[in-house]
Amino acid sequence: MTNKDDAIDWDTDNEQTYELRLFVTGTSPASVRAINNLHVILEQHLKGRYELEIIDVYQQPLLAKSEDISAIPVLIKKAPRPVRRLVGDMSDENKVLRGLGLL
Amino acid sequence: MPSKKAPFPPKQPMHQLPKTPTGITGLDEITMGGLPTGRPTLVCGSAGCGKTLMSIEFIVRGAIEFNEPGVFIAFEEKAEELATNVASLGFDLNELQQQKKIKIDYIHVDRSEIEETGEYDLEGLFIRLNYAIDSIGAKRVVLDTIESLFSGLTNQSILRAELRRLFQWLKNKGVTAIITGERGEKTLTRQGLEEYVSDCVILLDHRIINQISTRRLRVVKYRGTTHGTNEYPFLIDEDGISVLPVTSLKLDKPVSSDRFPSGIPALDKMLSKGGFFRGSSILVSGTAGTGKTSMAASFCNEACLRGEKCLFFAFEESPAQIIRNMRSIGIDLQKHVDKGLLKFYASRPTLHGLEMHLVAIHKAIKNFKPDMVVVDPITNLITIGSVSDVKSMLVRLIDFLQEEQISVIFTALTLNLVVNEQTDEGVSSLVDAWLLIRDIELNGERNRGLYIMKSRGMKHSNQVREFVISDDGLDLIDVYIGPDGILTGSAREAQVLMEETGQVLHTHAVDFKDRELLRKRKVLESRIESLKSEFESTEAELNKTYIEDAIKKDVLQQNREKLSNLRGKSFYDIDTTKSKNKKSKK
Repeated sequence: MTNKDDAIDWDTDNEQTYELRLFVTGTSPASVRAINNLHVILEQHLKGRYELEIIDVYQQPLLAKSEDISAIPVLIKKAPRPVRRLVGDMSDENKVLRGLGLL
Repeated sequence: MPSKKAPFPPKQPMHQLPKTPTGITGLDEITMGGLPTGRPTLVCGSAGCGKTLMSIEFIVRGAIEFNEPGVFIAFEEKAEELATNVASLGFDLNELQQQKKIKIDYIHVDRSEIEETGEYDLEGLFIRLNYAIDSIGAKRVVLDTIESLFSGLTNQSILRAELRRLFQWLKNKGVTAIITGERGEKTLTRQGLEEYVSDCVILLDHRIINQISTRRLRVVKYRGTTHGTNEYPFLIDEDGISVLPVTSLKLDKPVSSDRFPSGIPALDKMLSKGGFFRGSSILVSGTAGTGKTSMAASFCNEACLRGEKCLFFAFEESPAQIIRNMRSIGIDLQKHVDKGLLKFYASRPTLHGLEMHLVAIHKAIKNFKPDMVVVDPITNLITIGSVSDVKSMLVRLIDFLQEEQISVIFTALTLNLVVNEQTDEGVSSLVDAWLLIRDIELNGERNRGLYIMKSRGMKHSNQVREFVISDDGLDLIDVYIGPDGILTGSAREAQVLMEETGQVLHTHAVDFKDRELLRKRKVLESRIESLKSEFESTEAELNKTYIEDAIKKDVLQQNREKLSNLRGKSFYDIDTTKSKNKKSKK
């Protein structure tokens, strides 16, 4: 934890908690891959600074509508702003990091 | 019994493709029943040609008229925007959504928000679609415009595979679907959706000719069924889309042998049946100022006097103008208007395109339900369309009117004085009766000659009549056919006068001869009289000499007797002289 009284704190963004939602469809190959890949990336870059919610759209189809989901798997970064959507099985680590604003 | 073996009605053989009516005016006729049930249909066209409207109308009409709930997946407009956009058509999407008759889902894919990190699929779309369909038991689905996915997502191969899967999935689901697509450069749609949706493809087009836009619709393909293959104009107005079949495919209209008089008794006399057939089309053509409108107004007036309803489409004059002008020839149209028997529909031809006019005419006729329709003049429509366009429009109009058994009077201006066997619009072959009013120029004077060029189904006079417009209305007068040819107008009047003069002179001459004879007779009689008196005088003269002679003789005798007495004559002699005297006296 950094000192909040510091005049210049370049690391504020890094300290913010990431609110992430991953929408998957059951145990489809892409979904499974996405979950695994994402876990690896998050553990590596955002350890302890994220809240990940994994939602099976099959179970909650209404959420698909309210969250405007079409392509799956999709990771929605709710916070910090701006909202970003990461579509795919998260196999391209660079793109995932860019999507999360970590690059 | 062999007939009991076939429980299917003959109209619907087993193999026939089931169709879902769209409820869109005219479209079901072109597609002969509607879109293929349980299959996707592609509606493509360029921007602003009415794809979204057509698909939303398909959904709304399905929900309202056919009790088939529908799902509308919008990729371009939000549900609220869509509701606002179609509210002008009288579709209340929000209420229909509340009634669970339709469901609108807005799917937004924004490339700026999206990072593609690997393989994916569109299962989310499927789930939402499935959920929407199942929640209201939808039978109809619209995807408008699914190509938007291509702008949001970049992985073409995934998208194409997923679209193929989607259309297959829709088929399996058994919903009748419309997929809209933007028109591409060389292909029907930008992304080649026609590859995936191959059962039925409808192409919408929006063309501007002479600054007037016309929308057209064409069924490019429709697997497993016949369909109209032409380009059909359609339009979007406050009632939604109306597609107008260019021509009805069959000629099986009912016909009437009732007749109605024209309002000009002399004209009716030229026709063997004493009038025109009800439901027939009559063309009145002529050069400028020959009284075409007056003739049409006369038909109108007569119909209204019979208590029939009449609708007057004026493309040249305003109703007030027509009423005023017709009053001058003794036709009072105002009272018919007041009674509600006559209605004017006046508009400038350039107000909108031909199709719009046609639909406006259709609508006005459907609302007013007239027995007779006047279109005055059809020639003015040429200013807003090509000749063939106008002709095709008139064909459809005549078609429609015949179907409704409405008599129609067209007026047409012929521009060419020499060649007037054809009107410019070439409609003369379509109409049942054709009256031609032609100028007859003679002795520095212009008169109107009326010909009945044709009148189907009845004998008609082949003679030219002079068409006279007077304060008392219209009349036809037999033209004078003399040794110098046909005489009309004042020449005819002069001829009549000349004949009258001749008659007077002739009577005068006869009178004169009679008097002459009388005089001669008088002269003769007087001469006879004078001769008679001459004869009498001669006779008297003659008698006089006789008497004188006798007297003389007597006197001589007496003198002689006296002398003989004096001389003492014998008795005997005296006696004989006495008897002789007596004889002569007698």
